[in-house]
Amino acid sequence: MEDWIIDLIKVVFIWVWCLLIAVVMTWVERRASAMMQDRLGPNRAGPFGLLQPLADGIKLFTKEEIIPEKAKSILYVLGPALFALPAFSAYAVVPFGDKIVLGGKEIILQVADVNIGFLYVLAIGSMGVYGMVVGGWASNNKYSILGGLRATAQLISYEVPLGLALLAVVLLYGTFSLREMVFQQSGTFLGFLPNWGFFKQPLGFILFLVAAYAEASRVPFDLPEAESELVNGYHTEYGGMKLGLYLFGEYVNLGTLSAIIVTIYFGGWQLPYVDMSAFLGPVAYGIASFLVFFLKQAFFLFLFVWVRWTVPRFRYDQLMGLGWKSLIPLCLVNFFITALLVQLTV
Amino acid sequence: MDYDPVCQIDRDPDDLVTINIGPTHPAMHGTLRVIAKTDGETIVSAEPEIGYLHRGVEKLGENFTYHQFIPLTDRMNYCSAIASNVAYEMAVEKLMGIKVPPKAQLVRTIMMELARIADHQVLVGILGVDLGALTPFFYLIIQREEIYDIFEWYNGARLTNTFGRIGGVNADLPDKFHEKWPTLRDTIRKANEETDALLTKNRIWLDRSVGVNAFSAEDALNWGFTGPCLRACGVKRDLRRDEPYMFYDQFDFKIPVGKHGDVFDRYMIRMEEMEESVKIIDQAYAMYQEMPEDAPLMAKVPKIIKPPEGECYHAIETPNGELGFWIRSDGSDKPYRIKIRPPCYMVYQAFGELVKGDMISDTIACLSSLNIIAGELDR
Repeated sequence: MEDWIIDLIKVVFIWVWCLLIAVVMTWVERRASAMMQDRLGPNRAGPFGLLQPLADGIKLFTKEEIIPEKAKSILYVLGPALFALPAFSAYAVVPFGDKIVLGGKEIILQVADVNIGFLYVLAIGSMGVYGMVVGGWASNNKYSILGGLRATAQLISYEVPLGLALLAVVLLYGTFSLREMVFQQSGTFLGFLPNWGFFKQPLGFILFLVAAYAEASRVPFDLPEAESELVNGYHTEYGGMKLGLYLFGEYVNLGTLSAIIVTIYFGGWQLPYVDMSAFLGPVAYGIASFLVFFLKQAFFLFLFVWVRWTVPRFRYDQLMGLGWKSLIPLCLVNFFITALLVQLTV
Repeated sequence: MDYDPVCQIDRDPDDLVTINIGPTHPAMHGTLRVIAKTDGETIVSAEPEIGYLHRGVEKLGENFTYHQFIPLTDRMNYCSAIASNVAYEMAVEKLMGIKVPPKAQLVRTIMMELARIADHQVLVGILGVDLGALTPFFYLIIQREEIYDIFEWYNGARLTNTFGRIGGVNADLPDKFHEKWPTLRDTIRKANEETDALLTKNRIWLDRSVGVNAFSAEDALNWGFTGPCLRACGVKRDLRRDEPYMFYDQFDFKIPVGKHGDVFDRYMIRMEEMEESVKIIDQAYAMYQEMPEDAPLMAKVPKIIKPPEGECYHAIETPNGELGFWIRSDGSDKPYRIKIRPPCYMVYQAFGELVKGDMISDTIACLSSLNIIAGELDR
């Protein structure tokens, strides 16, 4: 097979996979929240209500296209696309498995193994804010503008701790390549712990997790949406599939963030203590590594849901206070300690 | 509050953004409207506007007979309709000098306290929803539905109960109540504990509620606050204790009092009052069980209610505070004039004062914690 065909297949596969995660996540969100709240949740469409996202999709696609009269129509339409696109794009550099051998050809389970994959994730991840701001601005609604403003301040503020937490990881691994980082997490740490980033960077992980929740604007950081305050924030005026793209993009974002957490802090596709490639065939190994990665990712996806239905929402000033007064100093401390340890041990 | 309100700077009025919060807004319970002038996220001034749910209840009362007016009181505070029903009935009874039989009074007490629990459950649940915590709402609302089951067994209505008659109650406690109450008491407490665990011990919740919209006792009294909002400010006033009616002087219950009058105190007072209400129901139920089976439920009341000429005011402690009815009778079968003193009206007046300098999020928290019920406010 030609290389470009393989690449194309990988791109399509990841795209579909992202969509699938987002679709299933809408179902998980509703069923899991129902479980936590002594309710049943959607259970009529298909077995366990699994077809509910499909029904929602059909509904969103067939809805009447409404563009508010006073909205800035080009930007209004562009907003959801600007939001969803970076969410999908960031996945390109995430290694979702080790490698698979098909027809004597070794295929790396990653769309693009770029040596600055790490910077790419940060760069693309911060593009998502444009979708919110543009959508909020173009809607020409005060609640939407407030939502957009909140989104700008929040996402830009939390970009800093996110980047600083990751910078410590770069110091630790000495590489910008996400694939390389996963390889460095094999084996054990201190003799009994898996050699995961989490055990070497516990503080960094927590800081990254908090910042990631804020980046995904999920509860307790869902201020740009804040249903009870800003009606629905930046997407108040949206309906149909344009709204769908916003909601969808959010779940794709969650998928990407979970994947990055797994890649950087939880050993990617590797199982602790066990080397799967030793006893699995090349094809089975490829699939198994992908499944391990997915299971770890699924856990963090569920964590997003779990937290959402447990805690209340921050206030705007408290959010800024947490970001600038707590997270960033802690990130700097973490960075300093990591630098010191790396310097002393290497 | 650990932020400085920037509104103290003199701003060009053109720089301020006017936001209409309501009358259709997810957090404006019912149809309230607040015209807020904001500087960024900070509220410079907020002007509550009322009347979107005005149905002319008082005027309608002039064309209804005394009994026909009871269903209208349901539509006032629809979260605890029974309290409004009883408040009105007691006012008419006072006007006519009717003495309600003790068993009927106990039935009323039990049902009213159940309504109080239901009302507070809604408030705490909604406050959680408005601050972004959706789960406690469901824990509480499930218990409220159980309470509504009791109401349904009583006379078929769940929300607008039209409870009781002038001179007593038309029916005894439903048979199922006797089995239901011992278990319901425990589940209500359990739901409260779960809510407590999810909210009171949550740092974000504390940040959002402690010190937000703090109001001094003096201000609260000047604005005419009553009920939990006043008690949150540290004033120990509860009509059940201060001007006892029915058997409230014989019950052993505490009146929870706050200190700062902030959102957290208002929330905690509701949580504690639910517990006290459970205790009151227990005591009332014990007294009820000592009553003979065939004790009367209705006083001797003429078929057509025609109070003697005159006027009277009677207020009781409803879940929201002092709900008073002033009735003037001209001796006919219809009231000459009914004036209602809803607790929300006085509380909502101070809303602009309460939220000044706070942020938009606090406005929502404040409104929920005050428990403004549009039906009662606008009548």
